[in-house]
Formats: sequence, structure tokens, C-alpha cells
Amino acid sequence: TMKGSVISVLVVLAVLDRLAGGLEHRSYDYTKYHTMDEISAWMNQMERENPDMVSSMIYGQTYENRNITLLKIGFKSTTPKKAVWMDCGIHAREWIAPAFCQHFVKEILGSYKTDSNVNMLFKNLDFYITPVLNMDGYIYSWRDKTTRLWRKSRSPGTGNCTCFGTDLNRNFYANWGMVGISRDCCSDIYNGPTALSEPEAKAVTDFLGAHQNEVLCYLTIHSYGQLILIPYGHPNISAPNYEELMEVGLAAAKAIKAVHGTSYKVGTAPDILYANSGTSRDFARLIGIPYSFTFELRDKGNYGFILPEDQIQPACEEAYQGAMSIVNYVHDKNFKSAATTATLANVF
Amino acid sequence: MKVFCSLWLLLSLVKLSPAPPASQDPPFACRGAGDPAPPQPETPEDMASSGDLEPTHYPARRAATVALHQLNTRHGSPHRLFALQEVHKASAEDVAAGGRKYSLDFSVTDWASGSAGPALRCSAEVMFPGTERSSPDVQLRCEALQQINSTAQDHAFYQKYIAPESAVSAQHIPDSYGNVSEEMQPFWRLARVAASFIMLRESSENTEFNMAQVASVTQQESSEKQLMLEFVVLLHDLPSQEIVQWKLLASWSPDRGVRVLQTEWQPRCPHDTKPPN
Repeated sequence: TMKGSVISVLVVLAVLDRLAGGLEHRSYDYTKYHTMDEISAWMNQMERENPDMVSSMIYGQTYENRNITLLKIGFKSTTPKKAVWMDCGIHAREWIAPAFCQHFVKEILGSYKTDSNVNMLFKNLDFYITPVLNMDGYIYSWRDKTTRLWRKSRSPGTGNCTCFGTDLNRNFYANWGMVGISRDCCSDIYNGPTALSEPEAKAVTDFLGAHQNEVLCYLTIHSYGQLILIPYGHPNISAPNYEELMEVGLAAAKAIKAVHGTSYKVGTAPDILYANSGTSRDFARLIGIPYSFTFELRDKGNYGFILPEDQIQPACEEAYQGAMSIVNYVHDKNFKSAATTATLANVF
Repeated sequence: MKVFCSLWLLLSLVKLSPAPPASQDPPFACRGAGDPAPPQPETPEDMASSGDLEPTHYPARRAATVALHQLNTRHGSPHRLFALQEVHKASAEDVAAGGRKYSLDFSVTDWASGSAGPALRCSAEVMFPGTERSSPDVQLRCEALQQINSTAQDHAFYQKYIAPESAVSAQHIPDSYGNVSEEMQPFWRLARVAASFIMLRESSENTEFNMAQVASVTQQESSEKQLMLEFVVLLHDLPSQEIVQWKLLASWSPDRGVRVLQTEWQPRCPHDTKPPN
């Protein structure tokens, strides 16, 4: 029938449109949350469209055997370059974080030709960006409406435990098990049977360990709270460059506020959030990466983890300025002054 | 290997507090037979704060959040909900029987108008009793509160849904993408107000609650000219990162405000648990 064929055509067009929407560059919607498949396709697309600047690296496997992949972005060089690391989505429900990583990549790739500052960053630095670290958890949080608030990995519990998952951000070899954790494996802050029990945490650990002399800056993106956290998570331990980290963090918060008026607080986790241990940020600082920050993006609890899509753009725009403020500081410290000495990388 | 050797050396040099005792929670599969308080993270003993407090640090913010919950229970409505804007000053002192009393000077905004809206200045004393599982006591004063009364929107909302045939029913507000339909916004705010009764009651110095999502709202038969709503709310506690589920029955009218008649903690299963072999 006429009506039947019109409906069939419309259905086919709708399906094609949906399939195309995740892949076609011009229509990739950075103001919507994306499934893991869409993000993986987008990563391939970024690599295909910018072969001189973007390459992907698989640096581990999740518990469910997915390839943990980062995008390495910067002008190619024959000699090793210093680097900035960014990971998003270590906690599954914090959907704004992977959205931010995608926004960040889009911004730097879209501006390096016209923005001399970004051009210089690409020349001197590589960006290692992991849009979704906890892929298993992220996919699980998309499974249905009741799984949206999942946080941890999806490894099964060990021993008598009948619950799934370890809090990846308590599982690192950084004062593991000391504070701000739970030994109840059903807890959302269960730190795992042992340190680095989770392959996702191990992947980051191995990569950072192998690149520890290159990585100048470690940024890990979370939500919510509107905070910039500096090491360490234990209340009795101070980073040797605490003052500098505070200064850099406060400058970033100022840059954030200038965009849409959003206030971010800056401090150590035990001061402004809660004490914790086994975090990736602490691990990065402990192995000598001097500038290590956790970003907790919008908001402060009204929507919490379920930030509306119409806030993705402003949340990402402001956080981008914050992140770039830090990246530029780190860059200028290493590349502008000829008198830079080896004070940085080996500070314990 | 080199990294780990350096790390061990570092850790052995750093003075650390002894490992805290393992959690005393029973290893029940669903945490069903346990208690509604989220398992507390291990914290060092000397976390107590007294005297003047740094307003940007968490102890002041947690106490202010408790005061905020009180404010919302008393003055929240379908079209009015308060959010903490900033803590200006805070101090704490030990009081009788191991309790701690916070004095706070802070600002809130009416969330409906966002952070762009006018800020209300408040002061509060929040007393956390020394005994476990006792609710905090809050004395609260906010400027211009006396002038706040039900808005025209509240009355219109009331008229619409007090009609005998009204039977609102919805799930997952906001949805996974953060959407709340225009029609559901007032119900969402009412859920948040009702949840504030529970968040207030369950708060301690070791918790910091927000409402993460409304799992469901089901309108019940109106009673004594009150809208009757059954909510299932998901609360998020920051320090433990737990999602705590509560079912509650609340009434509301423009004159009487929100009252919570029944609350029931609900264990969260089965996604937390492995399927039986």
C-alpha cells in the first residue's frame, strides 16, 4: 500500500540517519551523550581525518576484554616529546567526563591551525587522551534506566563476595587501603582485593610508568562537585610542590569562572571533599609527575551525575579553559625559559 | 620494576597511620538485612574540626548542607527549592555527650532561578549529637523568609492535580540524559523536598547527601485536601559514594507545605549481585 511504503521509507531514512549521526564528522553532536560504540567510531574518525596529528594506542584490556585506547595528539616528531595525560570516565556514571574529553579533542584539533598557542603546544607536547577508561562500567551504565548510576568496574567479586566491581580510583598503588575506602566489596568505594587488581588501573599504571620521564602533567576528569583537587588524598601527606599546585589550580579556577561564572573550589581532597587513597592522581604525583590534578565537573548536586545535555557545552567550555590554563603553565615552565633545570621530574 | 622499588622505598619513608579495621558490615548478598546508613569509609580518628573552620572545606559545607535540607523541608514547594551557594563563615565546638555544634553563615539561591538569582543570606546552628544514628538538630534563620509564601504557580499546580481523576505516575526523573519534562519539574522538586526530610534525618558529620534521581512518583488518592504522592528516591552520599534508595509517602498543599508520612529504606538489588550459579 502507499501508506505502507511511505512508512517503510521513513523508517529506513530514520535508521540511516541514526547510523550516520554517530560517524559523520560534520554531524557528530558534542552536545549529546554518546554510547561507547559511538565514541569508538568517533576516535577512529579523528585518527582518519588527522593522520599527521592523531594516532591511537591500545594500552591494556578491561576486565571484559575491551581494548583500552587513547588518542595521541600532537605534531609528529622523530625525538621523544614531553606529554600531557588526560583520562575521562574512570567512574561509569560520570557521563560529562567522557563528553569533556571529546570536547577537548575537538577543540584542539579544530584550533591548532589558527591558534598559535595551540600550534605551539602541538609542536612541543603530545596529548595522550583516553575518552573512556572504565569502558565496561560505562557500557553497563547505558544498559538500562536502572544501571545509570553504576560507578565501579565490572570485575566479579572474589571469595565470598556476591557483588560486582571495584572502585578503579581506589585501586592504584598510592597509599592503597589507607583511608577513604571500604573493604566491603559491595561498597561503591571498595578498593579491590589487592592494589592494581583491576586491569584498567594496571593499564594506566604501566603506561605512566613506561612514559614517566615524558609526562609533565596528569589530568583525570570526574564529576560532580565543581572542584579541582590536588594531591594527596591522605590528610597527613603533602605534595612537595603543594603551594605551586594550589597556585596553578586557583589560576585554572579563575579561568573557568571567566567563561560562564561557574565557581570551582581548589584544594586537596581531604580538605575540600574527603580523604581517600589509591587514586590515580596520587599515583601520578608519587611517581614524579609534578602537575597532577583531578577535575570534578558540574554541577554541585542539583542534577549531580545526571547533568542535562543542554549543560554539556557550557560545562565543557569552562573546563576547557581550566585545563588549558594548567597545560599552558606546564608548557611555559618547560619550554619558554632556557634556564629550566631538572628540578621537576624527579621530585619525591 | 624500578617504579615499584622506588615506590616501596617512598612508602616506607612516609609515616602512615595504621591500617583501619575491616568493615563490620555483615556479608549479606543484597545488604538487605543490614541498616540504611551507607557503609562509612575508613577515616583517621583525628578528622574532627573545632574552632574557626575554613568555609571552603568540607566540614563547613557538610554542616551547611544539613541546614539546607532543613530549609527545604520547611520552605520547599513545587516551584521553590533552595541550593547552597556559598559558606561565608563557619566555626565548630564540642558540646555535651560527644556532640559537635557548628555555627554557620551562608547563602542560598532559589534553584529555580539558578545561581543568577538573588541569594538569600542565612545563619544556622547545626548540632550533631554524639550518639550514633541520632539526627542533627538545626536552628535556622534566613533573611526575607517570612515574606516567602506560596506562589501563583503552586496554587495552579495544586488545582490541577487535586482533581479526583488525577493519577500521575512516572519513572526515572531525570532520565539518563538529564531531561525533566516541563510537567514533571514540580514533582521533581517536591520529591527533592520530601527527600530532604530523609537526608536531614540521616545526616552526620560523615555524610553529604544529594538527591541523585527520582526512581518513581505515583500519585495516591488525595486525603484531607492534600496531594498524596508516593516517591521512590535515590540519594547519593558523597563520602561513601553510595546510592541509597528510599520509598516515601508525602503530602503537600500550598497551605500545609510538604509533610512526610512514611519512609522505608529499600535495599538495592539485584544489579549489585551476581546471578546464582
